[in-house]
Amino acid sequence: MYTLITLSTLGFLTLMVGVFKRNSILLPLTLLGLTLAFVLNCLDIKVDQLYYVSMMGDDMFAVSFTQVMIATTALIALLAHYQFKGDMSNAGEFYTILIFTLIGAQVMVSFNHMVMFFIGIEILSISLYILAGLNKKDKASNEAALKYFLIGSFASGFLLMGIALVYAATHSLYIGDIAEKVRAGSEMSSPILIVGLLLILVGMAFKISAAPFHFWAPDVYEGSPTLVTSFMATVVKTAAIASFLRLFFICFGSIGNEWTNVLTVLAILTMSIGNITALYQKNFKRLLAYSGISHAGFLLIGVIVYANSAGAVLYYSIAYSLASLTAFTILIFLSSKNGDTAITSFNGLGKRNPWLAVAMTIAMLSLAGIPPTAGFFGKYYLFNLAIRDGQWWLVGFGLLNSLISVYYYFWIIICMFVKEPADETKLQSEWSSLLVVTVTAIGILAIGFIPEQIITLIK
Amino acid sequence: MLTASLLLIPMLFIALILFMNEKQARMIALTGTLVNLAVNIVMIAQFKIQADAQFLVSEPWVKSLGISFDLGVDGISMMMLLLTNFLMPIIIISTFNREIKSIKGYLALLLLTQAAFVGVFVALDMFVFYIFWEMTLIPMYLISLYWGKENRIPVTYKFFLYTLAGSLVMLVGIIYVYIKSPDQNFSINTFYHAHEFLSQSEQHWVFLALFVGFAIKVPLFPVHGWLPDTHTEAPTQGTLLLAGIMLKMGIYGLIRWVLPVVPLGVLHYQNLVIFLSVCGIIYASCIAIVQKDLKRLIAFSSIGHLGLTVAGLFALNIQGAQGAVIQAVNHGITSIGLFFVVDIVYDRMHTRDLNKLGGIAHKSHNFAILFMIMLLGSVSLPATNGFVGEFLLFVGLYQYSAAFTAFAGLGIILGAVYMLRAYQKVMLGEATEATSHFKDVNWSEKLVLIPLAGIVFWIGVYPKYFLDIAEPALNKILSIYTQAQ
Repeated sequence: MYTLITLSTLGFLTLMVGVFKRNSILLPLTLLGLTLAFVLNCLDIKVDQLYYVSMMGDDMFAVSFTQVMIATTALIALLAHYQFKGDMSNAGEFYTILIFTLIGAQVMVSFNHMVMFFIGIEILSISLYILAGLNKKDKASNEAALKYFLIGSFASGFLLMGIALVYAATHSLYIGDIAEKVRAGSEMSSPILIVGLLLILVGMAFKISAAPFHFWAPDVYEGSPTLVTSFMATVVKTAAIASFLRLFFICFGSIGNEWTNVLTVLAILTMSIGNITALYQKNFKRLLAYSGISHAGFLLIGVIVYANSAGAVLYYSIAYSLASLTAFTILIFLSSKNGDTAITSFNGLGKRNPWLAVAMTIAMLSLAGIPPTAGFFGKYYLFNLAIRDGQWWLVGFGLLNSLISVYYYFWIIICMFVKEPADETKLQSEWSSLLVVTVTAIGILAIGFIPEQIITLIK
Repeated sequence: MLTASLLLIPMLFIALILFMNEKQARMIALTGTLVNLAVNIVMIAQFKIQADAQFLVSEPWVKSLGISFDLGVDGISMMMLLLTNFLMPIIIISTFNREIKSIKGYLALLLLTQAAFVGVFVALDMFVFYIFWEMTLIPMYLISLYWGKENRIPVTYKFFLYTLAGSLVMLVGIIYVYIKSPDQNFSINTFYHAHEFLSQSEQHWVFLALFVGFAIKVPLFPVHGWLPDTHTEAPTQGTLLLAGIMLKMGIYGLIRWVLPVVPLGVLHYQNLVIFLSVCGIIYASCIAIVQKDLKRLIAFSSIGHLGLTVAGLFALNIQGAQGAVIQAVNHGITSIGLFFVVDIVYDRMHTRDLNKLGGIAHKSHNFAILFMIMLLGSVSLPATNGFVGEFLLFVGLYQYSAAFTAFAGLGIILGAVYMLRAYQKVMLGEATEATSHFKDVNWSEKLVLIPLAGIVFWIGVYPKYFLDIAEPALNKILSIYTQAQ
């Protein structure tokens, strides 16, 4: 619980710093605060207690996902330093809202009560609507913010309606109580409960951009500032899928057969639509948006085989976040040089900056799931669970989609090493993006060698 | 310890190469591969001729998933290790006196491939095996992509997707065996007892899943489509790695991870596999006859030779298995020699078109002799290595079916037809204007071809030394079949 207090305090402090225009201490302050929150969070390991009128919990699930999200946020804060080097006018807002989003994400993964769950989602979403429109004078950014807001609030409506119906059926908002009621009545689940469950499912599918509720994602990803997009693709996606898993595993695990079939269809659609659409993207941000959709489909496998999948979902989220972060950092760096986010801006990177090209190759291999990178172990573990569960449709489509995805990830590698660049000059990378790229790329390889420690984190 | 050092030495030298300048890079890479060869020779000196794996390394890796980093060397692994570590210095020498861009990255990737190959051949844990198996793909892909010829982008896609598709299907089979196993692990002991806990129908489909992965790598007709194109577009060293070592992974995988794991599946599909292999021999040989491109011709001849190897192996007797192992090595030696011959011709003439070549033998006698030796090894003339391998394979296959042997025998005749035709078109006849200035082989090219020629005769004249190494291990693997009979 100290993590949440620290983060909230940090949010207000950065807001004050922004008000008084002390922009130079924003980054050190944020990093310091996040480190403190991370350390305090480590103290919560194995404490496993409830707080705030038992509305939140400190179990291993919550703690480990929170740690991942804090670490990712710290890396993104580092990148922001580079982004705001020229124009510091709204840096204060950015850091503040970034931290508030993180608070929402933490609440989402540690809720023990439906209201807390909804509040977490709203804190996260509303902050994100603002972040998406951070480039006030850019039309695309405004469009992204508006689209995200309209569709996001629509999804929140579904979610709230679902929560209300579940409350009507079970007379409780504590997830433990709901689980008990659901289990007791699992012989013949009431239609109200099922409708409520499906409404929640639709709302969550919007949030994780699962097909057919994914149409907002590419536009929002493309329009938002790249830095914000990288945050959406990593922390937000992790939080959404983790809360999805937490809610459905704990509350509705006993009536799994009622909703896993629906989710299986969603997962297959999500993987396939995401991948096939990604094949003909010209813009790298849109490509990553669609690739993110397909990864959401893979992560849904974890929700479908919910019984033992928390460790696998955690591992997959880390692997996916690291690789996406590498890719986005390099994109931010490249687009700052030529103001373009097209795939062609990667042309000839192998000549212009070999280390960035190697790091990007590692990231792409990991996203495609090629051993010995982290992405392979993530996929392996999910497939392992799916085969154990006898989900042969998921396994088949998952394999097919892994193959398809190789095409567009490797296209980036080809661009970097084979295509001729428009401009042959060497690119000098600056320290913060170099640091982030190095940390994430080595991280991808490192956690590929120690999968054990992460997978067994959540019992 | 020695086994692990075979893996670590290339890694160490990769780091060295990246820190040194371009001029020293080739010598450092050569040193690295020679050190590995020396370690390998020490290992063969200490090697006891017995069925069980030696030089064991066992470190727990991912306990909760039953994955353990188990390495070890038995006779079959030893033969493949010898092949790998003997060919690698030769492949490095083949870069000498050639212009290659970004040579440091190139050599580093070659050494990375070597480490992955070694890993494949020594892994005694199915999961570790799979990781190394896939690890060979990435450097091969990058080598073909960055240093390849014009049409490389679609061809490298084809190569990668083809092999990855096979590997993924194989992975499903592996996971299935693991999930069904009572001990929940990937160790070789668990897999070698798979026939006890898998039902007949399960063995059938697990066989298919595993077989597809290995058959694509061999490559077996009808999943051979990626090989000729990849050979044509890959740079010379990529071709050498591919033909010399990588294709042998398929044969090795079949012996190590298919025959003893799902015997009922093997017996059920034995006929089909041999039928496909024999089809492949005749089909590939016929296509080789009409090739105009020398490199494509040799690529198709590979498909034919390896088809015979798989057919002999699936006869499931000791002669066939012995033949498969020795022929895998032979094919590595002769195909590397032949592909390097292609490189020499291309280096001087800038063409591989058979119709534009001719008369080279008049100008370059050493080259003509060395080419001839490789060619004879490939068409299995007695006293060369190819004869020993193919003889054993035919003996093995004959015990299974005389009819298949007769058809497979056609392959030998066709093989002689296309190889001799190639030799005639390239070396004999009137010298054209272009070929009359053909320079004979220089010292580094001799350094590549002469050791290869030496091995061709060594195995051809005294194969017992090599046959003895693998025999106990092969007997152990086949024991499950001989007991049933």
